[in-house]
Amino acid sequence: MTNSLTNTARLLGAGLRALLVLTLVTGVLYPLVVTGVAQGLFHDKANGSEIRSDGKVVGSSRIGQAYDLPLKKGQKTPEPDLKWFQGRPRNGLGGNTANTRYHLLVSGATNRAADNAELVQWVKAAKAAVIKDNSVPGHPVRPSDVPADAVTSSGSGLDPDISRDYADLQVHRVAQKNGLPVSRVRKLVEEHTQGRTLGFIGEPRVNVLKLNIALKELLAKS
Amino acid sequence: MSPVLAGVLQMLALIAALALAYRPLGDYMARVYSSDKHLRVEKWIYKGIGANPDTEMRWHAYLRAVLAFSAVGVLFLYLLQRLQGVLPGSLGFASIDPDQAFNTAASFVTNTNWQSYAGEQAMGHVVQTAGLAVQNFVSAAVGMAVAMALVRGFARSRTGELGNFWADLVRGTVRVLLPVAVVAAVVLVACGALQNFSGIHEVGQFMGGSQQWNGGAVASTEAIKELGTNGGGIFNANSAHPFENPTPFTNLFEIFLILVIPFSLTRTFGVLVGSVKQGYAILATMAVIWIGFVALMMWTEFAHRGPAPEIAGGAMEGKEVRFGVGASSLFAASTTLTSTGAVDSFHSSFTGLGGGITMLGMMLGEIAPGGVGSGLYGILIMAVIAVFIAGLMVGRTPEYLGKKIGTRQIKLAALYILVTPALVLGFTAVSMALPTPPHSILNTAAGSVDHSGAHGFSEILYAYTSGANNNGSAFAGLGADTPWFNTTIGLAMLLGRFLPMVFVLALAGSLAEQKPVPATAGTLRTEKPLFTGLLAGAILIITGLTYFPALALGPLAEGMAA
Repeated sequence: MTNSLTNTARLLGAGLRALLVLTLVTGVLYPLVVTGVAQGLFHDKANGSEIRSDGKVVGSSRIGQAYDLPLKKGQKTPEPDLKWFQGRPRNGLGGNTANTRYHLLVSGATNRAADNAELVQWVKAAKAAVIKDNSVPGHPVRPSDVPADAVTSSGSGLDPDISRDYADLQVHRVAQKNGLPVSRVRKLVEEHTQGRTLGFIGEPRVNVLKLNIALKELLAKS
Repeated sequence: MSPVLAGVLQMLALIAALALAYRPLGDYMARVYSSDKHLRVEKWIYKGIGANPDTEMRWHAYLRAVLAFSAVGVLFLYLLQRLQGVLPGSLGFASIDPDQAFNTAASFVTNTNWQSYAGEQAMGHVVQTAGLAVQNFVSAAVGMAVAMALVRGFARSRTGELGNFWADLVRGTVRVLLPVAVVAAVVLVACGALQNFSGIHEVGQFMGGSQQWNGGAVASTEAIKELGTNGGGIFNANSAHPFENPTPFTNLFEIFLILVIPFSLTRTFGVLVGSVKQGYAILATMAVIWIGFVALMMWTEFAHRGPAPEIAGGAMEGKEVRFGVGASSLFAASTTLTSTGAVDSFHSSFTGLGGGITMLGMMLGEIAPGGVGSGLYGILIMAVIAVFIAGLMVGRTPEYLGKKIGTRQIKLAALYILVTPALVLGFTAVSMALPTPPHSILNTAAGSVDHSGAHGFSEILYAYTSGANNNGSAFAGLGADTPWFNTTIGLAMLLGRFLPMVFVLALAGSLAEQKPVPATAGTLRTEKPLFTGLLAGAILIITGLTYFPALALGPLAEGMAA
């Protein structure tokens, strides 16, 4: 009995030592080496791909933002600022509940099922809003024009991109609200469309933050 | 180019890349696990452990070492989380509650990486890198070690010796996982993944105001999280988060990392048992199932049946624009056919049938190609069952790779395949029957007062399927951070990992003791396509019979109604 106890203790000791040594290798050296290489070679990317407008950092090119008007009195949900291109709905995004000294964006999806009644409501409301917001005189938006990404929340809630279709849909509205020619805004969207990598990997997309920064520059010039 | 064609081309590109890596990586791993030389760094590590890497272990000694190492791992990780509040380098994050700390410790040591916490608001740098990410390496190395012990059981004769656990553990970590992870992590950073040890970072926004995001060793964690088929993300959104998976290329690269070791291990197996053709037969079974599941997933997601996706005009809820439906389907099928559980899109919002495919992938026992190591030993157990069934048909004692499959062997294999279904169906039934656990369900049927509904049931079925099979993905609407779910899913993960390992190592020991039986005209040719068909059939039929009633209540009911 004592013999098997000592054996067990010896084995657990070996296990602990193995864990500590391997922690040193994979939990300390490995991340430090990778961080060293990353900070040396890819400093901007390793620190969040920050992007500037008018000399100020206005976010990360990889993280989607909201382009809303300031909350009015009594309003619970802000209205979109239709002057700017709008990103996808972000119903799955949360605030932090555990370490509330910070105001972190807690990434996430809605996790609503395909037959969830609330999701059906959200999609219907989003579709109606997209149609209403983007229909300008002489250019009505039909329900079949609205692409799926315009009315659904992404997996992260931080999707930086919209589809080319959704960007195109917003061109008339953005042109009208900013007093720009439609062709100029359309050209801007074209310039900011990224195709599939090597022609087949992923999906074509438009980065909304980069597009709005370019739009702002265009407005400042004209 | 249509999105469907782009999806198919991405699958073909992935197959080509995996085919290129198959021989070199498989042969390399065979050399790693059969070499009698030790690297200098390994000698230092053995000195630190105080173990002689050349001592041969019989199966119970091997098992005791596996269990001791894993038990220490659970305890260490539990304490690290409980002490987070007073540890430096934790961003000031609080300690984790006992039930959640137990769940998370069990989860990462068992290669599951089920997360009942939201990463960015719960875990600081120390727990993340020195605790969780370490288990990403070593839990994968433990899986490979057990697989190698079973392979040695087939390859060796008239001995009970299965190798040395400490040597297998260290070699898997140092020679296989670490070098690939370093390269992969740098590739991910070059494409835009985060990698720093900054605190909470505050930047301005386009419309004014500011936003905060976490710093972290994201790329280095991401690399091993996929390569070791672990799956636990730094961020709540896992590989859907742009800082973990920034571009369409990184997405395909991460799927490659998930699949490359499990597929290549069939080559290692073939080399070590002295017939690469035996490895090809196993590979073919894995590949046929994987391709079939990817095709089915793309079909149902592109068809987007169901009320919400039909109104939206596409199954984009929970999916990122840069990946789209095709690449998200590819990721979802691959992560659930392995023990990974990382997600680039949220399975709960897939079509009813798509969600069912993710569950069925796990229910197969994660063997196509399965987790790192666990996929290989899982499918070899099924191969034993398949030759047994074939033996029954022709009425002769079955044999596999020159070893007799007798009563003891078939008992151990049968016990292996009973463990996870018992855990999954048992815990699901109890959770549905008890009054409180169903309150955690998010997707209740419209107007129901008792939290019923097909998708709600699926959330709980998915949770235990994922836990017991050591996957880690979720129908994440389920509010799983309750003492009930933290405890029972924690138990399901531990029992679902280590009980099967007991049976695998016992089987390995019994095989290694046998003397080889010479192949005769009556021997089933297990390197032929006929056997691949038999094996795939056995896997699908056994899983189907076990889980069909449960699947019919959940995803099939949801999918058929759409």
